[in-house]
Amino acid sequence: MSRRARTRLFLGAAAVLGAVLLWGLLALPRPVAPPPPSARLSTSVAVHERHVTDTVAGVTFDLRGLDTLGEELILFVAATGAAVLLRAQRDEHDEADDDSEEDPGAPGVLRVAATTLVGPVLVLGAYIVAHGHLTPGGGFQGGVIFAAALVLVYAAGKTLATDPVHPVASIEIVEAVGAAAYVLVALAGLVVAGVALANFLALGTAGQLLSGGTILVLQVAVGAEVAGAVTLVLTEFLDQLVLE
Amino acid sequence: MPYLVAAYLLLIGLYGVVTSRHLVHLVLCITVAQSSTYVLLLAVGYRTGGRAPVFSDLPPGTPVVDPVVQALTLTDVVVEATVVAVLLAVTIQAAKRFGTVDPDELRALRG
Amino acid sequence: MTVLQLAALAVVAIAGTVTVFVREPLRQTVVAGFLGLALAILFLVFGAPDVALSQIVVATVAVPVMVLLALAKLREEER
Repeated sequence: MSRRARTRLFLGAAAVLGAVLLWGLLALPRPVAPPPPSARLSTSVAVHERHVTDTVAGVTFDLRGLDTLGEELILFVAATGAAVLLRAQRDEHDEADDDSEEDPGAPGVLRVAATTLVGPVLVLGAYIVAHGHLTPGGGFQGGVIFAAALVLVYAAGKTLATDPVHPVASIEIVEAVGAAAYVLVALAGLVVAGVALANFLALGTAGQLLSGGTILVLQVAVGAEVAGAVTLVLTEFLDQLVLE
Repeated sequence: MPYLVAAYLLLIGLYGVVTSRHLVHLVLCITVAQSSTYVLLLAVGYRTGGRAPVFSDLPPGTPVVDPVVQALTLTDVVVEATVVAVLLAVTIQAAKRFGTVDPDELRALRG
Repeated sequence: MTVLQLAALAVVAIAGTVTVFVREPLRQTVVAGFLGLALAILFLVFGAPDVALSQIVVATVAVPVMVLLALAKLREEER
């Protein structure tokens, strides 16, 4: 189908889609209406029964924990898919010439800035993962921040041109352990309390660090998995540049 | 009102996908379409005068925004990043195999 | 709808439009990063700090890095 015909067909279909969307969306409840039962229940239940103050984390990891399991596994699968796609090509060229000229490495300012930032960013990532059930944050955000710290290491390092010295195996292990830990906690809930992903650990008092039971454990598991997945994907992309 | 913006973003993102000439441009237009779903989800959960649903500094009982849709959106955001990664990996493979990143030309090359 | 929320919505709509119509991928990456930031501000104004945090980290760190690396790789392939 030619480009012009395709565009015209799209514009026609978009007009229909737009009309249907508007018709549907404008019938949704307005913001001044009272909140739906799910909102009211989740905010009250999360604080009183699960002892977490960040209701979003309470919803993500406990009240709707099975959804998060599915989405986390999507992440895992997508990272694996990207790695497979990029690695299949990499093996062909692994015996490429090794006489690539010496790269002068990252400029000094970048190296200094990156090395000083790696430590605080790691701590920030750990903080956000650990406090996910108290203040905004949680496993997903903290995991990506961890991965950003690792990217900083690559930005600072001289290894970009010569020898990619990165522990790819350990990253994969971390990611797999994170994903497996989440599934194991879910199954443990099934075993201990008869309901999958039941919050069976001690709940503690709201506002303290060790509250929320399994939510904290799940946050750490997700944080590990997300950090591993994002780092894996980024290192695969980096390898594409280096090894060819 | 935010619903209008969500619908608009979806349509403009799709338009970009249909008329794209470069696969990376196409991937970024998909991101625009994805952001329309975030706006839509958050708009569904928003209540006038509601605060953020984090109670560490609010007394329990203050009207808050719906946390359920926020939970859905936040995992969605991170998953989007990996989907973009897979799409970019496919783009790189396409460039290697077919030597072009123009979607129109890719249609013509088979096998 | 406060003025801030309407302004955030307008900025997001404009950024989305510009992202689609900038054809060259390198420039588009910068604009897409800006769209990500605008979305994060929108989420903050609508009372969703968790989502805003996710969005900031992902759309201004992970996605531009990946796109830039992919573009660099594509440029290498063309040689």
